[in-house]
Amino acid sequence: MAYSDKVIDHYENPRNVGSLDKSDANVGTGLVGAPACGDVMRLQIRVTDDGVIEDARFKTYGCGSAIASSSLVTEWVKGRTVDEALTIKNNDIAQHLALPPVKIHCSVLAEDAIRAAIEDYKRKKGLG
Amino acid sequence: MKLPIYMDNHATTPCDPRVVEAMLPYLTEQFGNAASRNHPFGWAAEEAVELAREQVAKLIGATPKEIVFTSGATESDNVALKGVIEFYGHKGKHIVTSPIEHKAIVDTARWLERQGCEVTWLPVGTDGLIDPAEVSKAIRPDTVVVSVMHGNNEIGTVNDIGAIGAICKKHGVLFHTDAVQTAGKVPIDVEAMGVDLLSLSAHKMYGPKGIGALYVRRKKPRVRVAPMVHGGGHERGMRSGTLPVHQIVGFGKAAELATAEMESESARTLALRERLRAKIEAAVPETLLNGSLAHRLPGNLNISFSFVEGESLLMALRDVAVSSGSACTSASLEPSYVLRAIGLDDENAHSSIRFGIGRFNTEEEVDYVADLVIKAVAKLRTLSPLWEMHQEGIDLKSIEWAAH
Repeated sequence: MAYSDKVIDHYENPRNVGSLDKSDANVGTGLVGAPACGDVMRLQIRVTDDGVIEDARFKTYGCGSAIASSSLVTEWVKGRTVDEALTIKNNDIAQHLALPPVKIHCSVLAEDAIRAAIEDYKRKKGLG
Repeated sequence: MKLPIYMDNHATTPCDPRVVEAMLPYLTEQFGNAASRNHPFGWAAEEAVELAREQVAKLIGATPKEIVFTSGATESDNVALKGVIEFYGHKGKHIVTSPIEHKAIVDTARWLERQGCEVTWLPVGTDGLIDPAEVSKAIRPDTVVVSVMHGNNEIGTVNDIGAIGAICKKHGVLFHTDAVQTAGKVPIDVEAMGVDLLSLSAHKMYGPKGIGALYVRRKKPRVRVAPMVHGGGHERGMRSGTLPVHQIVGFGKAAELATAEMESESARTLALRERLRAKIEAAVPETLLNGSLAHRLPGNLNISFSFVEGESLLMALRDVAVSSGSACTSASLEPSYVLRAIGLDDENAHSSIRFGIGRFNTEEEVDYVADLVIKAVAKLRTLSPLWEMHQEGIDLKSIEWAAH
């Protein structure tokens, strides 16, 4: 299967790889997927006191499309408020990366990762 | 060194130039129909076919009359099971086979199950081998045929066909083996191994695609199979259809070369395989060799790179043709059924890569591939949350993952 140029670009030059301090009260961590299914994404966000995502990091075990989807969302969530980030939909990710139908689940997982990271942040802040 | 590098020789092999050279005249001057008995065009074609039949027979220790040309090993496997059941079905409808057979056997056996046959699926060891004692246990009074592959196409394990053949003989049960991966790589002797039916494919041994053979024993016992393709009664009634003379000539030439060069070639591919394995294992921690090392095709290396997903690894190896047991590389999104059958967990099945080294691979290519793999695995592990968790001493099995 041929990959789109955007998937290849994110795969070869992944953005914002790494970790944020899990114990930081302003950091939310989302871990989604399962090794047995062939993909696991971890997305971390650091949120300012006025609710803006100032930094994001990811690590992903999965195919090129999964890596590209999570790399892309780290770029997209940065600078957005938490509520704005929640409006990112898997369709936007899939469309932007030109994912084939068999890889749509990668974009779904990336959307799940955003939600999980924000939920974790809200829980820590007692906002949930 | 030319890129991309082909290292997927279990999937198919290029035609040896000597094979192509032998074939060419049979597409132009010698185009006759081997069944035309009344003119020189037909005679020349028939002569060429009979020479090829001898060459193929010699590779497996058979006699020429025991070789039936087919369109390939999938057809050979189909005829072996269906043809035997149709002919001997009145004696019983029980088949013994294994879950790591090629799909041509697995799917044919499942189809026969739906037609009223009973199939016993043999257990497979974690080393990817079939224990002959299990065959002995599985045979019943109504067993008609046992089918166990010689070499596995994914993990390269080579079964003890001689021991299984002896057991079948003792119980008076027919024995079929799919020898597609071993022919030309591992010595085969249908007499010494007690094989009654054997499938071959030309394109896995540097011959052309679209041609294969089924060996059907003629003596002790005389084995009969009902034809699947009816028509002009070619191939002694077992497989009708005008013989593709040029392909048969190519198959024959490939078999002749394999017979002559097997020993030196297998030693060479084994040395290359071991070079690749040593380089990778020395530089990459946490790898798993899938399948027995001792009982293995010389050119096969199947490794799981834990905490790295196979398709993403293939992406990094885009100048190298290899395959993965990862679900993501298949249309079904299921990881390899062979790796699952030997008890590998899904995660490591997703992380597996199959290297298939063949006649035309060089040491330079092996070194290039090893370096590429080492770099790619290191890079992908820096991206892998599982690798990080493993480094922190977290047992991944202790986490409740949400399957999706």
